Amino acid sequence: MVDYAVLKFIWWLLVGVLLIGFAVMDGHDMGVGTLLPFAGRNDVERRVIINTIGPHWDGNQVWFITAGGALFAAWPLVYAAAFSGFYWAMLAVLWALFFRPVGFDFRSKLEAPAWRTGWDWGLFVGSAVPPVIFGVAFGNLLQGVPFHFDDNLVPHYTGHFWQLLNPFALLTGVVSFSMIVFHGANYLMHRTEGAIYARARKASLGFAMLLLASFAAAGIWVAFGVGGYAITAGADPAAVSNPLAKSVAVVPGAWLANYARWPLTLLVPAAGVAGTLAGLFFAWRNWTLAAFVASSVAMAGVIGTAAVSMFPFVMPSSSDPRSSLTVWDSTSSHLTLALMFWAVVILMPIVIFYTRWAYRVMGGKVTHAYIRENRRSAY
Amino acid sequence: MIPEQLVDLSRLQFAATAMYHFLFVPLTLGLVWLLVIMESVYVMTGKQVYKDMTKFWGKLFGINFAMGVTTGITLEFQFGTNWAYYSHYVGDIFGAPLAIEGLMAFFLESTFIGLFFFGWDRLSRVQHLMVTILLAVGSNLSALWILVANGWMQDPVGAAFNPETMRMELTSFWAVLFNPTAQAKFVHTVSAGYVTGAIFVLAISSWYLLKGRDVEFAKRSFRIAAAFGLASAASVIVLGDESGYTVTESQQTKLAAIEAMWETEPVPAGFTVVAVPNEREMRNDYAIRIPYVLGLIGTRSISKEIPGIKDILAKNRERIVSGIEAVTALEALRKDRNDANARAALQRHQADLGFGLLLRKYTTDVRKATPEMIDRAAADTIPRVTPLFWAFRVMVLLGFAMLALFAFATYYTLKGSCGEKRWLLRWALWFLPAPWIAAELGWFVAEYGRQPWTIYGVLPTHLSVSSVSIESLYGSLAGFIGFYTLLAIADVYLMVRFARQGPGSLGTGRYDNEPGDGTADPVAAAPARA
Repeated sequence: MVDYAVLKFIWWLLVGVLLIGFAVMDGHDMGVGTLLPFAGRNDVERRVIINTIGPHWDGNQVWFITAGGALFAAWPLVYAAAFSGFYWAMLAVLWALFFRPVGFDFRSKLEAPAWRTGWDWGLFVGSAVPPVIFGVAFGNLLQGVPFHFDDNLVPHYTGHFWQLLNPFALLTGVVSFSMIVFHGANYLMHRTEGAIYARARKASLGFAMLLLASFAAAGIWVAFGVGGYAITAGADPAAVSNPLAKSVAVVPGAWLANYARWPLTLLVPAAGVAGTLAGLFFAWRNWTLAAFVASSVAMAGVIGTAAVSMFPFVMPSSSDPRSSLTVWDSTSSHLTLALMFWAVVILMPIVIFYTRWAYRVMGGKVTHAYIRENRRSAY
Repeated sequence: MIPEQLVDLSRLQFAATAMYHFLFVPLTLGLVWLLVIMESVYVMTGKQVYKDMTKFWGKLFGINFAMGVTTGITLEFQFGTNWAYYSHYVGDIFGAPLAIEGLMAFFLESTFIGLFFFGWDRLSRVQHLMVTILLAVGSNLSALWILVANGWMQDPVGAAFNPETMRMELTSFWAVLFNPTAQAKFVHTVSAGYVTGAIFVLAISSWYLLKGRDVEFAKRSFRIAAAFGLASAASVIVLGDESGYTVTESQQTKLAAIEAMWETEPVPAGFTVVAVPNEREMRNDYAIRIPYVLGLIGTRSISKEIPGIKDILAKNRERIVSGIEAVTALEALRKDRNDANARAALQRHQADLGFGLLLRKYTTDVRKATPEMIDRAAADTIPRVTPLFWAFRVMVLLGFAMLALFAFATYYTLKGSCGEKRWLLRWALWFLPAPWIAAELGWFVAEYGRQPWTIYGVLPTHLSVSSVSIESLYGSLAGFIGFYTLLAIADVYLMVRFARQGPGSLGTGRYDNEPGDGTADPVAAAPARA
């Protein structure tokens, strides 16, 4: 069996991979869904937009489900503390997501315009709300969350829902939202033509610039305005998981320490900026597939930046810093981490293989003619 | 102390959302195999009507599937949002099958459902059939993994408590995967899903036949559903009996409650057909019994004893007393991990730790538990008998009635006169809700019968909840009720509309009730080679 400390680190990488996979795959659906009411001005146009993701959104959403399941299996304390602590935020995500499966399937089954427009806005809510909330959640993680564990390791959240919506978190919400819409717009360009294409291109350029500005602003804010956390004792990487067996201090600028310690990690935020700039350029030049790849890199960079800045912290506690959850003291047992590692190593390539095949089968531009020919079977 | 109201509301929310979710799951599990059969016949014979059948029943499948996906996410979220201590305490074991379910099953079914609907013109016939088969395999695999997880809640094998991390930890994944309780649950549950799919097709086809509409289409659907349903219903009952056998080994309490068996009886125990359980006096006021039968089902022998409720209660009381020692030792060990006496004491009483935790409902310091508290905690270990007794009997009765329905349907299918027996068609139509009622009752027996535990014998339900406010619970419960009501309205409306319209909704021009807006494709409108 692989060494416990190494496995803990691998699982930090794997959770990152799952989150980035979620952003790249489900993210482009959500970007498209967010643009739906604006890039499609009539029913046929909207159906074109929906059908660019029609065969794929469900498989893509499983990235989200799997990331949640992996969190449960690999970081049960994080899953328990975050989901119960962010109770209303999680429910808002969940209820927004309700609109997607039924929205896609039900929308075009009836002709009534009110029915269809209603579901279009439902798809908008289901696509736009989750990325904003995830961004806000990351903003709160970076600042620390008011929670603690009692002696029996029951997590207690002591903050309030509205506290989550502080200025810094709202800014990270903008980062998350703009990157998802940027990415979705690139995908939409790749799969459509004509007026929808032109609107998608405009969205891509606009949201790329918003992403650049908000990401840079958040970076400056983290450097000068957000107090980071540092472990001062305990949290032995090889020890069993007990989040109460360490001490932690709040240190201004601590979130930059990893970059000073391992300068190569600077490539991660650089990828966020470079990916965005490249995506902007490719979208402007109408190289749609390249733009999609570039925005994928940008998202990996942005998500990676948050993760690297906080490492080894995953969920710092602002009210009781020693209760903070880190990569070293909130994981599953050695056996479970090893088992889940092999499950991912074996199953993930298979998933990627058939997902690729599905995209190839359904590839090409979705046109008005396609909708007319399949008016009863298309979404 | 955890407020009891919080526990009750959390349970209510989980029960409501899980039962709602399970309105959609069994139909997905079963109908997908009927699609596989219909499409296989199409690929083998090339007859257009079978392709139309696959598409039409597939349309209804899609509406149902969307609801299943929507309501399924709730459950994954809810372990974290509302059962945080549970998630911490058993996430090491319980999380793994959930994550594997995502990787192995959800990806498969969710990727291929897109190709099932949109790949007809882009894939060869055989390729499309493979897609449908993979969709079926994916959805059934997801049932496997979630029932492995649920089976472990009923019968927690392959795990041990670790005082350092204050949680249960995995010791053998194979024990969890091949847990006999989980395996029996899996086959029983998927077979019940197959019955649901079969009744669904049988009932709606019967309605067309009663109305004299789309007769060829309906008859062919009816035949496939009848044969598939007969095999499935037989399997549900046989494998239900198999889960009865595993229940006796892992959860004697549940069996005793289902049977309203207050006293341990001389072997082999009799089966109580009907009774009026009197919970206060712990006896049945009235009962009709068949000698020997329960002993045979429950133990597969004529010499093994099945314990009655009174004996279980007495034994559980002893385990609670022993559990006090375990909890006390654990608390000492949490304060000083080098306390060798505490470690030894915990080792001795570890098996009863969960029973000691039952007292936390009544006192934070279990050492100070009064005999009266211990009595109450012991009484808690017996779930209420009357609802379990009746829920189980109605489920079994419905199971046998459906078996009979399928037997008649198959018999008249083979005789070639299934379309003329109006009593049979009416029976099939009126039985449309039966598999759902049976399935919900089955889950009620499984989950309510496990109380007061979330993990049987290990973690009391009372301790499993998140420390969220009662106001939050009222708010979220209200939200779920609101959303789920709206979704139910949309779902039922679409289902009824398309079922009423029938295969004409495909717009091929080959069926009754075509849309009639002149848009049917003239090429496809050529008469079916039925």
